[in-house]
Amino acid sequence: MARTEDPKQDKIDRYIDQNLKKVFSDLEGDDMPTEIIDLLLVLRAQDEELKTEK
Amino acid sequence: MSELDPKDELVTHLPALRAFALSLTRNRATADDMMQDAVLKAWTNMDKFQPGTNMRAWLFTILRNNFYSSRRKLNREVADVDNAFSDTLSVKPDHDGRLQMMDFKVAFEQLADEHREALILVGASGFSYDDAAEMCGVATGTMKSRVNRARAKLTTILQLNDDEVLELTDSATMAVVGSPNLPS
Repeated sequence: MARTEDPKQDKIDRYIDQNLKKVFSDLEGDDMPTEIIDLLLVLRAQDEELKTEK
Repeated sequence: MSELDPKDELVTHLPALRAFALSLTRNRATADDMMQDAVLKAWTNMDKFQPGTNMRAWLFTILRNNFYSSRRKLNREVADVDNAFSDTLSVKPDHDGRLQMMDFKVAFEQLADEHREALILVGASGFSYDDAAEMCGVATGTMKSRVNRARAKLTTILQLNDDEVLELTDSATMAVVGSPNLPS
């Protein structure tokens, strides 16, 4: 983060970034939707199929 | 450099990609659609990924390009928002820190898309201004300006310029954000 010469502004920026990191980290902890897991299974199966064909 | 197969590496970035999708779209269904498109596109174009470069940045770029491109196609001026972002963490406000985190998230949702995106990339994900600017196809100065404007807007909404508010918010919220598994 770019630091300013203003300690108060730095404190505000730090507060905002720490909150953002917390929010983002919580979102990362969400369960992965079934559609995505299914999509990955299909993509991996297609890759395997292609390998076998070769 | 990562020794993982790029497709295995892609999977490790999915939680962050979903968090980015949710923060950008603020709608779970749209975020998941965007995710599926981005994963499919990345997977089928893996030969275009340069090993040794930042895969997370590459994936985020694919997702954001999809998002803005489909939004332009639909010509939607108003986002279809279901508060996915602010609903995610708090089940029930049970103490000051959590209440203030909700305030923060509600305020964050009020930012313009490009400002929210800039803060997520630089403030939460730790991308440099240069990398974030490249991902968004803008100049580094533009990215800095977006981040500054976004912070200024949050400061106004949350009244962080008020010394007392910041002190109160700081002490209560640090207890929440100071969790040991939080990236520094």
